[in-house]
Amino acid sequence: MADTNTDVIQGTLDMLILKTLSLGPLHGFGIARRVEQVSRGVFKVNPGSLLTALQRLERAGWLDAEWRSTENSRRARFYSLTRAGHRQLEIETTEWGRRAGAIARLLRQEG
Amino acid sequence: MLLSRQLAHGLRGLLHRNAHDQEIGEEVRQYFDEAVAAHRERGLTEDEARRAARLEWGRPEQAAEQARSYGWENTVRSFVADLHFGARQLARNPGFTIVSAITLALGIGASTAIFSAVDPILFKPLPYPHANRILTIWNRYQGARFELSFGTYRELAQRNRGFESMAIFEPWQPALTGGVQPERLEGQGVSASFFQVLGVAPTLGRDFEPSEDVRGGPRVVILSDRLWQRLFHGDRGILGRPIKLDDGDYTIIGVMPQWFEDVLSSSTDIWTPAQYDTRQRAKDFSGPAWGNHLRLVGRLRPGVTRAQAIEELSQIAGTQWEDFPRPRWASLKQGLIVDSLQDDMAYIVRPALLAVLGAVILVLTIACVNAINLLLARSAQRRGEFGVRAALGASKRRIIRQLITESLLLASFGGAIGLGVAVAGVRVLIALSPPGLPRVEAIKVDAVAFAFAFAVTTLIGLVTGLIPALHVSRGEVRSRLEQSSRRTVGGHAWTRRALVVTEVALALVLLVSAGLLLQSMRRLLAVDAGFNPRQLLTMQVQTSGHRFDDPPSAPGAGDNMRRRFFRQALEAVRQVPGVEEAGFTSLLPLSDDPAWVSTYGARFENDEPQKGRNVFRYAVNPSYCGTMGIAILSGRCIDEHDTAMSPPAAVLSASLARSQFPGQNPIGKRLHVGPDDRPWFVVVGVAGDVKQTSLAINEPDAVYLSTEQTWFADDTLWFVIRARGDAVALAPAVKAAVWSVDKDQPIVRVATMEGLMAITEAQRRFVLILFEAFGLIALVLAAVGLYGVLSGSVAERTREMGVRAALGATRQDLLALILRDGMRLTVLGMALGLLGAAVASRGIVSLLFGTSALDPASWLGMVALLGAIAVLACSVPAWRAARVDPAIALRAE
Repeated sequence: MADTNTDVIQGTLDMLILKTLSLGPLHGFGIARRVEQVSRGVFKVNPGSLLTALQRLERAGWLDAEWRSTENSRRARFYSLTRAGHRQLEIETTEWGRRAGAIARLLRQEG
Repeated sequence: MLLSRQLAHGLRGLLHRNAHDQEIGEEVRQYFDEAVAAHRERGLTEDEARRAARLEWGRPEQAAEQARSYGWENTVRSFVADLHFGARQLARNPGFTIVSAITLALGIGASTAIFSAVDPILFKPLPYPHANRILTIWNRYQGARFELSFGTYRELAQRNRGFESMAIFEPWQPALTGGVQPERLEGQGVSASFFQVLGVAPTLGRDFEPSEDVRGGPRVVILSDRLWQRLFHGDRGILGRPIKLDDGDYTIIGVMPQWFEDVLSSSTDIWTPAQYDTRQRAKDFSGPAWGNHLRLVGRLRPGVTRAQAIEELSQIAGTQWEDFPRPRWASLKQGLIVDSLQDDMAYIVRPALLAVLGAVILVLTIACVNAINLLLARSAQRRGEFGVRAALGASKRRIIRQLITESLLLASFGGAIGLGVAVAGVRVLIALSPPGLPRVEAIKVDAVAFAFAFAVTTLIGLVTGLIPALHVSRGEVRSRLEQSSRRTVGGHAWTRRALVVTEVALALVLLVSAGLLLQSMRRLLAVDAGFNPRQLLTMQVQTSGHRFDDPPSAPGAGDNMRRRFFRQALEAVRQVPGVEEAGFTSLLPLSDDPAWVSTYGARFENDEPQKGRNVFRYAVNPSYCGTMGIAILSGRCIDEHDTAMSPPAAVLSASLARSQFPGQNPIGKRLHVGPDDRPWFVVVGVAGDVKQTSLAINEPDAVYLSTEQTWFADDTLWFVIRARGDAVALAPAVKAAVWSVDKDQPIVRVATMEGLMAITEAQRRFVLILFEAFGLIALVLAAVGLYGVLSGSVAERTREMGVRAALGATRQDLLALILRDGMRLTVLGMALGLLGAAVASRGIVSLLFGTSALDPASWLGMVALLGAIAVLACSVPAWRAARVDPAIALRAE
């Protein structure tokens, strides 16, 4: 149940998924690829962790999921952001900004 | 995260497990298909793309497994699997399972039941607001609690500053007429402020007004919910309606709430203002207002401590004011006893309850020790199994979880049976409870107590169950595997032996206590009551109705009516076939009547004016002494000569005569009993001492008077009937005989004297039964413990036995070897137990009668009993050891 073996910073996976889906519905592999591409390969998501996280976010009511056909007419589970998901993304983004800023300030001071 | 959504998703996952798993499988497949497709797009062949995808994203099965294990429903699922496995394990070893479950059940059940019974009396706050501010106040007489008079109440109520309100109360047992047979209700005459002191108001109607609590005030009653339901079926229109009690018209003004509990007398169903004369000031001490027969409760003002109240009351008692004259018997010279209502209520039963509580804690401890022992034995047997499972790759966490599940399963099993034991136990306790045990109606299975006992046993199960898992985790897999096929001499053997010693010791503590109580009971029942209790039927006959009132025009007319009625009724009873002799008395020995009912001040002619002593006053008819079989030591008993016309006669008890007139002949001496302003009673005889309150108590000061010559006619008398045959069978005919004289007079408390004696000693018997039961449980558990340890040791030493047998040891040698081993444990346990019993027996000294805490018969008897049972428990495994066949034992290696 624990999200191990992920290269994503602990605790940020949810935020990355929400951000990725805020641009439009995607299936699991699509999300993984988008995260990897946008982060220029810095973040790589383990599929087990990703699917677990997607279940968690869906249960939290931030995502909707439905089976649809992909462009190459393969059935896939597409995830999209709910209204609550959008709100959650805003919360997490603000929170992340606050923390990152604080860490950056601390690091500057140390240096 | 919304809980409802979690639940819904989880349940879906749980119920449609396959569909859910398939969906994840499908999603993972699609994921990897896309990944492979992505690599193919980069120009790789199908095979190369597959390999690259697997390299990049790992194995699809692993991803699916990880995704599937998400959610609480998976914890549930693996728990269910563990449960299933655990149940199979327990079922495979039914002996262990049943013995452990019963051990736990007895411990949990017994301790829950006892705590449930004791809690409302000793610990739970009383069901009144700020109950800790309610105090009870007693007269002190020779250091003991004694009722007080209305005069004392009036003085305390007016002089104190620390109390918000005070109220007196006294029993009131009005006859309810108009039904098929006259019925006596249990009631209380109370101050108008009684319910204010308790802090509870009627739920229907209103409380008493001060104007109703005066001499000649309106006659009003408040009913209990119980009586309201029984007589009026909960009719809310009952207020203002009349009810006929003792031939008088009372108005119903209120009904108490259903939850209201009168802890001062739990059977009370009806209350009325006591209506003492509040204006009476004169130094006329002869009226009912100066009789010491009232109980007093008070509610402290907020912020006033009990210590302050005690201080204030003792100061009031110590300084007499002219406004408040005090007679000799209410001088308050010995001070007052002030106690919280709760402590006061538990005052009599506390030592017994604490002893029982202590005993049940011992039982719980023994049960726990036994459970630990059983689990250790089992874990020793299973070490091999865990070794194998660890070797096969089970993680430490998984094994621990499995063990916890198994322990919990066993504990729940034991707990479920324990709950049954507790429910049954509480019922038995209520059925056995001695009369006078307060708050019996508040006794019910206590959830907290059950939870506590359950938690303790469960915790023990968990900790003990985990020990084998801890060994596994120390990487001792190999050695464990080896041991599973060889003899096991674990460190547990030592622990288990120590535990058995503990069990034997604790069992002996309980047994010795039970033995002492048993011996006390035996001695008590051998006590001479001072009369012959066999074939004696007793019943209380009451007079009620206006014809017994004293009209102002003819003082004494009512009393004469009463006397005539009782004379006629007794005459009718004597005519009943099967009646050998019959008599009556105002006070019946061992009848459980409260002491004050017939306790009066007595002053002999040779006493100083302010001196005197309390005596029991028996107003009797001429045939009483003969019917009861009370010995007359000198002179005569009350007889036909003692009429309203003749000089008043008195018969003294032997002890009173001895202590008042040492070395002299008391006959012809004169005394006052009750009011001082009456003619002297002249002593005409001396009767043997009679036990009044209990066989265990000597209260030898008693005076017998003639009902014809006392200064008032008692309105209730005890009829005593000596039967030729079965006393109980006579009861209907005797009652009919009384009713043939007047059908409206209630007859209550019909019993045989032997029955009354049993009730008098009911509290002792109650404690004794519980100790016997606990002692028995302890004995059985200790035997099980001994048996278990020795069986285990014999099983582990099978090879050794085989070798010994092969080398020429006879069966007797082997038998003796194991027996000796078991007896060593027993003797060690007994030695410790004797020390414990010495301490415990001191704790129950107050419950003993005529038996020293070191009574040799009880101690030796119990040591012998425990020893015999121990030998029995050891002999089975010993016998098994003796039958070991060397060839088989050695071949097994």
